[in-house]
Amino acid sequence: MRRRSRPLLIRVLMQPSYMARLRDGEWDLLVQQARASGLLGRLDWLARQLGPDAQLPAAPRAHLRWAARRAECCHRETRYEITRLRQALRRANVPLVLLKGAAYVHAGLDTVHGRFFEDVDIIVPRHCLAAVESALMLAGWAPTHLDAYDQRYYREWMHELPPMEHHQRGTTVDVHHNILPLSGRLRPSATLLLRGVVPWPEAGMEDVYTLSPPDMVLHSATHLFHDGELTYGLRDLSDLDLLLRQLSADPAFWDTLVERADQLMLGRPLFYAITCLVSLLDTPVPLAVRRRVEAFAPPPLQRGLMLALLQRGLRPQHPSCNGWDVRVARFALYVRSHWLKMPPLRLIRHLLRKAMVREMATPAPR
Amino acid sequence: MLIGELGAAELRRRLCGGGLGLRLSPFTVRLYSRFRALASAMAHMYADFPLADGAFADFSITIRSRRWWKPQAVFELDGQRPFWPLPADQAYPMFEWGLNWCIANHVQDYLILHAAVLERDGGALILPGPSGAGKSTLTAGLALSGWRLLSDELTLLRLEDGRVQGLARPVSLKNESIDLVRRLAPHAVLSPASHNTAKGTVRLLAPPASAVARLAELATPRWLVVPQFEPGEETRLQPLGRTYAFMSAAQSAFNYAELGVTGFELLADTVARCAPYSLIIGSLDQALMVLDELTATAVTEANAS
Repeated sequence: MRRRSRPLLIRVLMQPSYMARLRDGEWDLLVQQARASGLLGRLDWLARQLGPDAQLPAAPRAHLRWAARRAECCHRETRYEITRLRQALRRANVPLVLLKGAAYVHAGLDTVHGRFFEDVDIIVPRHCLAAVESALMLAGWAPTHLDAYDQRYYREWMHELPPMEHHQRGTTVDVHHNILPLSGRLRPSATLLLRGVVPWPEAGMEDVYTLSPPDMVLHSATHLFHDGELTYGLRDLSDLDLLLRQLSADPAFWDTLVERADQLMLGRPLFYAITCLVSLLDTPVPLAVRRRVEAFAPPPLQRGLMLALLQRGLRPQHPSCNGWDVRVARFALYVRSHWLKMPPLRLIRHLLRKAMVREMATPAPR
Repeated sequence: MLIGELGAAELRRRLCGGGLGLRLSPFTVRLYSRFRALASAMAHMYADFPLADGAFADFSITIRSRRWWKPQAVFELDGQRPFWPLPADQAYPMFEWGLNWCIANHVQDYLILHAAVLERDGGALILPGPSGAGKSTLTAGLALSGWRLLSDELTLLRLEDGRVQGLARPVSLKNESIDLVRRLAPHAVLSPASHNTAKGTVRLLAPPASAVARLAELATPRWLVVPQFEPGEETRLQPLGRTYAFMSAAQSAFNYAELGVTGFELLADTVARCAPYSLIIGSLDQALMVLDELTATAVTEANAS
């Protein structure tokens, strides 16, 4: 992408010190783009690192601070949920392994800064699903999505149980047994993932685990570039950027990352992740690693098309960045993510059903 | 320059073009919309508010029209649509509800209660309560009889000192309370009626010019009264336990959890500083009298001590 045409938010993510030079009108656009993309709180963290001398204007600065405050509240709640889940799983004698946001919060990674998480995701061995489900129910989490189609969708085709909601706190836990759907094109080995889990003794609970750092990166990349939706694509890309910047401090990190991608058959998503991070956010990735992930690239035509779609699909979710090409790209990537999730006929049936059931999902204002 | 001095044509030109900047202290809003009815409602309801000329706005809101057949109004913040569309004749109330949502869901420099609040002699009367409890009717009644309107829906308590920052935005009246307020003040400025909303028929009452002019003056919380409309009942005040008052205020707060310890301490201080009551409202006139008495005694006592 030419530097000129880069959206303001992407320019600031690449080079946070740029915030010190923005005029009021640019702040107006930046706050809008960041709020719509779920990145306001992230900007607060980047702004804090500039130090007090940066002298950012008070009115827009407040919006960043407010978003960060909401995120911190969400982290407090997540930490509490982790203690509750740990207690519940103890009864089933299954170790607690956290995924995604809850894992970042537990491990205290930079990626949590300003980041809001909807629910807690955990992974357990598939043969323990029934025991875990009943242990969670005993502790107050109740299954949702009770109609027959949804039950079948989750239990037979997906890699997780239907979300379970706590009857008092209203919090949600997603219980996974793999990181990709059973009916999908890529099927990484859950056993391999679970064998690599690590504790974070600094966090105070030695029996709470997350995937190993390279596996966390692969999971995040897989979610963004394989099966996920791009609604908050730029935010998720920024998550990956911070993960890589922090975790690559370990000298063995890059080698392990590429090897694990190969073992878990997640090389393709890693290729897309590295390529997009380097071109969109200037993430520092050693040249040798960039060369090695080339081995995971698709054939030239598909590569060119996919990268063109991703360059557009990952722009901020804001009218100032939504040309027709962006909308086409997002739609194409949405269809692709479902295409990779299940066989064609089942996909058509699923999308039709989703379109009909979508009604009444958004509240009216009060 | 005030919104009211802008003239209908210029106001609409801005709404359809570069946006109408509103300084709703302490926030700035930029509004875009092609709805004529919304333009005229803004001219009447916000006449006494200053224009905001700066390039930065806290909230950029678009009320977009949708469909030729049975037209609808859509609320957009930064191009995102947090709500379902509403019938076009609810475009103006939709702006008010949507702006409440913007403030309540983003701002963290204040503890924000779902409560009405008015001021007299520097003291704030806080009226928490869910929709339908009679909060707005009572607020309109008080605002039209000597109290200074601070806010109808959102009470903003400053984190640094717990004082109330007013908004003085229009008061949302529903169903029977519209006629009630009309009788009380026949010349009050009301927006056109929107029928069949989620709350029935809705009209908004323009804030008194004096309330808008005095927005910079903060007020100190002095009374916490939980109102409950019970038509036919005898109007009466009952002292409320402080614990109960604290809990109902905490439940009505939008960002109590977000503020953590700060929010807890601020709310505890506020409740400790106030005389908490519940108010059964049989009739509006009596309720106004009872509150007049309560607050007058308190003022005399305060002066004597």
